[in-house]
Amino acid sequence: MTPDLWTIVWLSLKISLVAVLVTLPIAFVLAMLLARVRFPGKFLLDGLVHLPLVLPPVVTGWLLLLAFAPNGPLGAPLAAIGVSLLFRWTGAAVAAGIMALPLMVRAIRLSIEAVDPRLEGAARTLGASRLRVWRTITIPLALPGIAAGAVLGFARSLGEFGATITFVSNIPGETQTLPIAIYSALQVPGSDPMVARLAVISVLLSLAALLLSEWLSRRGGVDHVF
Amino acid sequence: MSFDVDVRHRFRSGTVAALAFQSGAGLTALFGPSGVGKTSALAMIAGLLRPDAGHVRVAGRTLFDRTTNVPAEQRRCGYIFQDARLFPHYRVRANLLYGAGRAAGAGMTLDEVSALLGIAHLLDRWPRTLSGGEAQRVAIGRALLSGPAFLLMDEPLASLDRPRRGEIMELIERVRDEVGLPILYVSHDRGEVDRLATTVVEMGSV
Repeated sequence: MTPDLWTIVWLSLKISLVAVLVTLPIAFVLAMLLARVRFPGKFLLDGLVHLPLVLPPVVTGWLLLLAFAPNGPLGAPLAAIGVSLLFRWTGAAVAAGIMALPLMVRAIRLSIEAVDPRLEGAARTLGASRLRVWRTITIPLALPGIAAGAVLGFARSLGEFGATITFVSNIPGETQTLPIAIYSALQVPGSDPMVARLAVISVLLSLAALLLSEWLSRRGGVDHVF
Repeated sequence: MSFDVDVRHRFRSGTVAALAFQSGAGLTALFGPSGVGKTSALAMIAGLLRPDAGHVRVAGRTLFDRTTNVPAEQRRCGYIFQDARLFPHYRVRANLLYGAGRAAGAGMTLDEVSALLGIAHLLDRWPRTLSGGEAQRVAIGRALLSGPAFLLMDEPLASLDRPRRGEIMELIERVRDEVGLPILYVSHDRGEVDRLATTVVEMGSV
């Protein structure tokens, strides 16, 4: 059976969007910790965050499978409340989110590090609590980089293949995203037109996301904040 | 007594910033060549750098000693930096009012400060469109509007050209004489110090 083109595209967009929305707050907290807090074991956390970037994706997928299996460390508590991510689009979103995490953390961390700590000091002498300095100085100045990181993560999620197919398999209409659909179509003789159509959509979506991310990060830097 | 300061801080690099002095009302100039730790001393008085030991008392209030360490945001310190250090994502008006919340009612109003410093026409501008002299005026205004109990000025003229220096120096004299807050003024320029200072504290190389 060949699900129609728009089912595939819509599913990919939905999975990527959910992946980014769920990952963004986590990436933000991690980026903040790595950029501004000194704590023991920091290099370990840094390494762990970056692991999905260098690990073979199929290994990441297998680890997710172990973790979210019904008797796994994360799967068991989820099973207790009747939730399973295996072979579901939600599982695909988790896989995409994990794979996008290092890129998002990197982009957000750089933008936080680029905020001049002397401006934050000036704000404190003016009577602003640490929380207010955060809200009124650090986050607004880092915002273009945070947005760029989110868009970059979205683009990465759209392209996610190895961890996803390992973790949630290839189920049309449920976990068959654009790259997986292209891979499937390639197995069937005579499906070249379908492959070409899917590939063109992939290129256009990725390019658009990349340009948007680039444009957003260029708006960073003190001179171009507004 | 306006300032009663005795602070020292050893940096990871091994260099030590130390300063001890007492002074009365008016403008106290910390005078010395660059690199003797004048800026670090101001940062310790402002609460941005924690001294290893010593005490900071300003206008009778203990800001730091063995048992006290008032956080920077509660020291009521109007800090004017060498670079104006305005917030680039706020217009001049919002920069000026950034610290005004805590001063509510007390101290000067936006109109009074704008008139004193001649910046009323700049209120809707972005900081990046200001000249160095204009930015420094706004920075002084922002400090005054935060309801400070004292002012710290860290070479506020150093990044300005000569005519601008004269203008800002006149403003500082007006602030000194009309606002009446204790001012601690850091400089390596003998001329500035002679003209502005009520008391001079020399900082030699340690």
